[in-house]
Amino acid sequence: MTLLDFASGPGMQWALWIFVFGVLWRLVGALFLLSRKDLTKPRQYNSVAAGLGAIISRSAPAHAFEKRILFQHVTGYVWHFALFISVLFFAPHILFFESVLGFGWPHLPNTIILITAIIATAVLITLLIRRATHPVQRFISNADDYISIFVVLIPLITGILAFAHVGGRYETLLAIHLLSVEVMLIWFPFGKLMHAIMTMPARYQAGTAFGRRGVKA
Amino acid sequence: MRKDQNLGEYLRAQGVSRRGFLKFCSATASLMALPPSAIAQVADALAKARRPSVIWLSFQECTGCTESLTRSHAPTVESLIFDAISLDYHHTLQAAAGHGAEAARMAAMEENSGEYILVVDGSIPVGNPAYSTIAGISNLDMLKETAANAFALVAVGTCAAFGGIPHANPNPTGAVSVSDIVTDKPIINVSGCPPIPVVITGVLAHFLTFGTIPELDALGRPAAFFGQNIHDRCYRRPFYERGQFAETFDDEGARKGWCLYKLGCKGPTTYNTCATLKWNEGTSFPIQSGHGCIGCSEPDFWDKGGFYNPISAGMWGSRDALLGAAAAGAALGVGSALAARARKKKAQAAEEA
Repeated sequence: MTLLDFASGPGMQWALWIFVFGVLWRLVGALFLLSRKDLTKPRQYNSVAAGLGAIISRSAPAHAFEKRILFQHVTGYVWHFALFISVLFFAPHILFFESVLGFGWPHLPNTIILITAIIATAVLITLLIRRATHPVQRFISNADDYISIFVVLIPLITGILAFAHVGGRYETLLAIHLLSVEVMLIWFPFGKLMHAIMTMPARYQAGTAFGRRGVKA
Repeated sequence: MRKDQNLGEYLRAQGVSRRGFLKFCSATASLMALPPSAIAQVADALAKARRPSVIWLSFQECTGCTESLTRSHAPTVESLIFDAISLDYHHTLQAAAGHGAEAARMAAMEENSGEYILVVDGSIPVGNPAYSTIAGISNLDMLKETAANAFALVAVGTCAAFGGIPHANPNPTGAVSVSDIVTDKPIINVSGCPPIPVVITGVLAHFLTFGTIPELDALGRPAAFFGQNIHDRCYRRPFYERGQFAETFDDEGARKGWCLYKLGCKGPTTYNTCATLKWNEGTSFPIQSGHGCIGCSEPDFWDKGGFYNPISAGMWGSRDALLGAAAAGAALGVGSALAARARKKKAQAAEEA
């Protein structure tokens, strides 16, 4: 069995199992903890509107901090959009998703994917350097932050190298890329990467709780 | 070709011009990634070469490799080069049969001990040697016996090089490659199902010129021919970059000659020279005729998850197993939430008491 056979076979199989197992464990666990009865008398409110309102309002920086977090805010959006485009609209990736989900979607030309992947990598490295050097960010960062950044950064770099056929034989680079994705999938449910799934439901829940109490947020 | 005749004399007798011969030498030098200054050396060495003894053993194979090498097209300089070796034993091509054939093999081995080239096509069954025998001799015994005094071995075709189709899961005959059996001799793997004719003539030309085996890659294949993957040399590569793919074999993309990646083409992970040398005198190759590369020159190409599955689709198992993992995760989530609630309730009760 070659490295690529392992990476695209048993390696991917175990990584996917651990990923869906872990994500469902944490997500369902969190959802089941929500059903605690709230004994307070609710204000008049629309829970869906309050939940969605919180998702939208928290997508922009609070006015008081606007100038101070502008860099973080912009780079955060650029990073996430570049990552989404690179991951979700590269034809070979879509073929993988199709094999897992049973359906696919249109792809973008490789040149665009290469540009977005390079942007995503550059922004993430910038943010990593900032986190490691900025006194406040450094103080509030723990191992989880750094591990989560690295397990996402390595697939990006190995993906670009595999795409460009630079640094080794294509099948070796592809195998390393797949293995790095598998490390990311295994880490995902147990570290801060889980925010990708938890953020929106958490905002929604906070929004409905605030709405019930008549808090505008 | 008479045994006392050298290759230059033989080619002249066959009506091959000096220009044609040098053209072949230039192409051979270029194929072997040699500098232009080596062309004269190649021409000189080839012209003076005495034909080496070659013993060709065919084991678990389909004869496709022999068909490819000997019947691919009308005689050319390449095929004359092929004629110019002394093929002392070859089931399909030799006139002798039975004991006479075996006697020819033994005589060639004795006369050219330590100097002959042993070409093997087909895999060797070790599960039960009786699956394939020649003159009552098992393939395993014949290979060991013939390889013992060979100068070098050439494993022609993916079956001999890596086990090939007989080796495919579940490998009922216990098929193995030549290099699994012979470990003390140089082995050149000329893989492919079948290999391109000019690759074997190129390997022989290298041997005739330098008396050595060519530079090999990690899988024992001549680097000059197997150094680059099909994808990097494919004329459809620009369509891959533009994201223009054939979705089926008869859609608009297929008719326009777009990239076959989505239809399972294994070009990116296959190392061979099909996209440059092509087949049938440089006429075409599988991708040019509209079918994706099946990766036939790579080990275990038969067990890579299907010829029509895209490389990136992977072989990660069934969707049912994935749903099982999801259900187990969800059950654990419910369980841990209930356990947390019970712990909290217990703590509250203890506090109230």
